[in-house]
Order: sequence, then C-alpha cells, then structure tokens
Amino acid sequence: MKVHPTAWAALVALFAAVVGLQLLQAREQPLGLPAGVSTNLLYVRSPEFARRAALSFHALLADIYWIRTVQHYGGTKLSTAANKQYDVLYPLLDLTTSLDPYFDVAYKFGAVFLAEEYPSGAGRPDQAIAILRKGLQAQPDKWQLAQELGFVYYWWLADYDDAAMWFNRAADMTKAPDWLRPLAAVTLAEGGNRSSSRVLWTEIARSADADWLRDQATFRLKQLDALDGIDFIERIVQQYRARTGMFPTSWAEMIRAGFLRSVPPDPSGTPFRLDPSTGTVSLDPSSSLNPLPNREHPF
Amino acid sequence: MRVIGHVAVNVFKESVRDKILYNLVVFAVLLMAASFLIGELTAGQDVKIIKDLGLASISIFGLLIAIFIGIGLVWKEVEKRSIYTLLAKPIRRQEFLLGKYCGLVLTLVINVAVMTVAFYLVLAYMQAETPANIREAWPAPATDPAMLKAVGLIVLELLLVTAIALFFSTFSSPFLSAMMTMAVWVIGHFNQDLRDYGATISSPVAAALAKGIYYVVPNFALFDVKLQAVHAQPIPLRYLLLTSLYGATYVAFVLLAAAIIFSRRDFK
Repeated sequence: MKVHPTAWAALVALFAAVVGLQLLQAREQPLGLPAGVSTNLLYVRSPEFARRAALSFHALLADIYWIRTVQHYGGTKLSTAANKQYDVLYPLLDLTTSLDPYFDVAYKFGAVFLAEEYPSGAGRPDQAIAILRKGLQAQPDKWQLAQELGFVYYWWLADYDDAAMWFNRAADMTKAPDWLRPLAAVTLAEGGNRSSSRVLWTEIARSADADWLRDQATFRLKQLDALDGIDFIERIVQQYRARTGMFPTSWAEMIRAGFLRSVPPDPSGTPFRLDPSTGTVSLDPSSSLNPLPNREHPF
Repeated sequence: MRVIGHVAVNVFKESVRDKILYNLVVFAVLLMAASFLIGELTAGQDVKIIKDLGLASISIFGLLIAIFIGIGLVWKEVEKRSIYTLLAKPIRRQEFLLGKYCGLVLTLVINVAVMTVAFYLVLAYMQAETPANIREAWPAPATDPAMLKAVGLIVLELLLVTAIALFFSTFSSPFLSAMMTMAVWVIGHFNQDLRDYGATISSPVAAALAKGIYYVVPNFALFDVKLQAVHAQPIPLRYLLLTSLYGATYVAFVLLAAAIIFSRRDFK
C-alpha cells in the first residue's frame, strides 16, 4: 500500500516537534527537591539480596555497581554543593565486593575514596579499614590488601604501631615484595617521617595499575620534594640572616647577595613565597601543590 | 542417524533464515562500543569489565536463543500442520525431536563460537593497547585461555536449557513453555538455598522436601564459573568433568522424557 505524502510530512513534523520540545525542556530549570532530601538513591542495599538476584551474573552486576561507585565518588568530589555527601559510597563498595569478592580494585581504590579527608573523600578511614578487612577475609593471602590497611593506619590515622603491624603481616604473605619488612621497621621506629613516606609513595607510583593512583603518588612525591625544598631554602635564609643580621625582604635581595642564583620554584614550577618578617618559606597560594601536609609527620 | 542430521540441518537453515545470527552483530557492536566507553567510566578496570561483559553476553544471548527458539521448535510444526507431512514420512517421532534439538544446539554452538572469537579479538586488541606496566598488575593476560572453561560450561548450560525448552514445547503453548523454562532456570540458581533451607526451619518434612527439590531441580549455579575464570582462580579439572557429566546426564534425562511425551501425543 502506498503511503500518502501527507503521512510522511506529518511523521517528519512530529519528529521535529519531539526533538524541539526536548531542546526546550533542557533549557528549563530542573525541579527542586525539599532541603535535606538526598538524591543518592540506592534501591538495593542488601548484598545478600543482590547476590541472589544476580543469578549467574554476579560479576557483571559487580561491574555495574563499581561504575556507579566511581561515578558517585567523582560526581560528589567535583560537586560544588555546600553539603555534598558521600553517603552511598560504602554501601556501593559493599555491594560490589559482595557480588565479586575478588574485585581487588574495589577494595584498594574504595579504601582510598573512603579514607581521603572530606570534601575530597568521605573522610571515613574506619569504613576504609572495614572494606579492606572484608577483602582480606575473601583473600587471606593478598598482601596488597594488608599493605593498603597499613597505609590507612599510616597516613589517615597516624597510628604507626598498627600501620607497622599490617606492613609486617603483608610481608609475611606469599609473593610479598622485599621492601615491606624494612618499611614496617622504619614505620615502627620513626613514625610518619618523610623518608618512610617517600618509600611508600615511590612504591605506589611504581606499582599502581591505574593512572589516577599513579598521578596521586606523583603529586604526593612532589609535595615531599616541596617540603625538602622549603627546609633547604629556609636554611639559606638563616645563613643570610646570620651574615646580614636581618631576614631578606625579597628573593631578589638574596640573589644580589649571592645566596641564590634565581627565584626558587617549587616542584610544580611556581616560585616559593618568602615571609620577610619571619624568614619562613612557603608555597605560593597559586601553587597546585597546596595544601602541603604537616612538615614533621607528612602523611 | 541420517534423519536426525537432516532435521538438524533444516533447523539450522531455518534459524539463519529467521535472522537469528543477527545477534552476533549486536554482540560484536556491544563489545566494541563497550571497550571504548568503559575506560571512560571506570578506574582502570576496562579489561576485567570487558571480560565480565563478554562472558555474560555470550550467556544471555545464548539463553535467549535457547529459550525462544527452543519453545517454538515443535509448536511451529504443529501450528503450521507440517507435522502431519513429516510424521507420515519414514521418520520416528524420537528422531524428529532429537533432530530438532541437535539443530538448535548446532545454531547455539556456532553462535557461541563466533561470539567467543569476537570476544578474544577485542581482548587481544585491548592487551596490545595496554602499557606493559599495567599489564603486569593483571592477574592473567587479557586473552587468558582459561576463560574457555567458562565458555564451555556456558555451552553446557545452554544445552540443558534447550532440552528443557524442548521438553515443555512438546506438550505446552510457546508462552507457557517460555515461562516454565525461565522459571526452572531461575529456580536452578537458588539450589544452594534449597539445600540450606533445613537449617532455618523447624519442620523436618519441609526441610526434607526442600532437600528433595534441591536434588531434582537442575543446578544451574554449577555451570557458572565466570567469576573464577575472569579472576584467574583455579577451576579444577575434576570439577569440570563432574559438572559436564551432570549436565550431559540431565540433558539425556530431559530429552528422554520429552521423547516419551512426544511419542504419546495425539495430533488429531
């Protein structure tokens, strides 16, 4: 049967109208929600239920929950909302790892997402520890998870005894690398000093299997370099003071006096800032390395 | 045997005419699109997710073909009344049924084989594109041949689902057959719960009944080793052999039951 040309015209017109209305709709302000109502909905919270409902597709469902975890973390981190919440981060990780108990990255990165201080992360090292312990229950000989547990105690809780204990446990596991045992000893003896932090981050930068984790480690190493740089330049400032009896008022003054060859930059390339009244050196506020960690116990 | 072969080849040709193999294009497009998009959505887990997605897709596509083609194998012949012409020829009803089954199995095996080749090609591409330092952190290479164990058990699962669909189609309508096959498949994944049911209830009769059902209903959970295969966990040969024997025996049992019902069916 031949289709009437009017029908074709109507079809095209209706299609154009649908697209046009959608474009119009997209320009409208989204409908608001009452204050305090979270949009982070999680329909299934029971890992037990999810495991049963997945039938033989546990791994695929775990991937879907993992993608949701990454999106939830990334979206919340980038959000400019004042009261942004990572409220479903742990349940999502719990579901992911219950559906796929061998999902190492979910334990490893999940612990980082959870432990990192708010607003960059959930600020929940206790949950990071819980998820890593769950991973160790599923895979008791996975030294990487024990090492991650040590990390959480080390740099988020500054609990060096427990950190050393977990590094030691990791070192006892099969296929554990040689550097874990000395790291445990250094952690126990010296706490969170810069040299042990450097060992940790260097190892992460070397062995990380994801770009963002490697970038994070490189960033932390640059921060450590910046701390070393600040110490070094402050010593030169003290030498200047010892010779002239006063702190320099600018880098140019120190260059003229032969103490420096040029304006010292931090590892990101931004010049350091000098406080002429106290002689202290710090990062410029525009430096990408801000905020620097504590100088005595960096991480 | 020749009769069975003729019927089987006809079923395969029919499935080609019905454009069943188009699903291979969908599978290939899905995998290729996913391999490009997944990297943007996850934190460096592309290969693991492609492996999960590939194995799950092989299973889902196969399952849909097994159920929705399986239920129509006998019904279509009855509906079109071609069954009378067929059974008037020197062909036994059992041969006709077995031929239909083998035809669909042939379609499924070719489907799974092509999907597996496409799956490994995508993984080989991803392996080649991934820097060596990231590859070192993988528990197994992207193209780990151990995943074929999971594919093998998926095929076995599909053989059983096809047999069950065919069984229901010998005495029921396509809609009911599809529902019942799907129900058996779903219940077959809860077998473990049926076995453990006794621990949570006080009635020994109910517990014994649940345990009885556990032994009778096909245990589809046994055929699922996708998770272990993707994570390069050991899958012992003994497990594979025992599961294969279980699957083959169950298929034989269901086909025999289907043949008995079909041989007694009155088409007048």
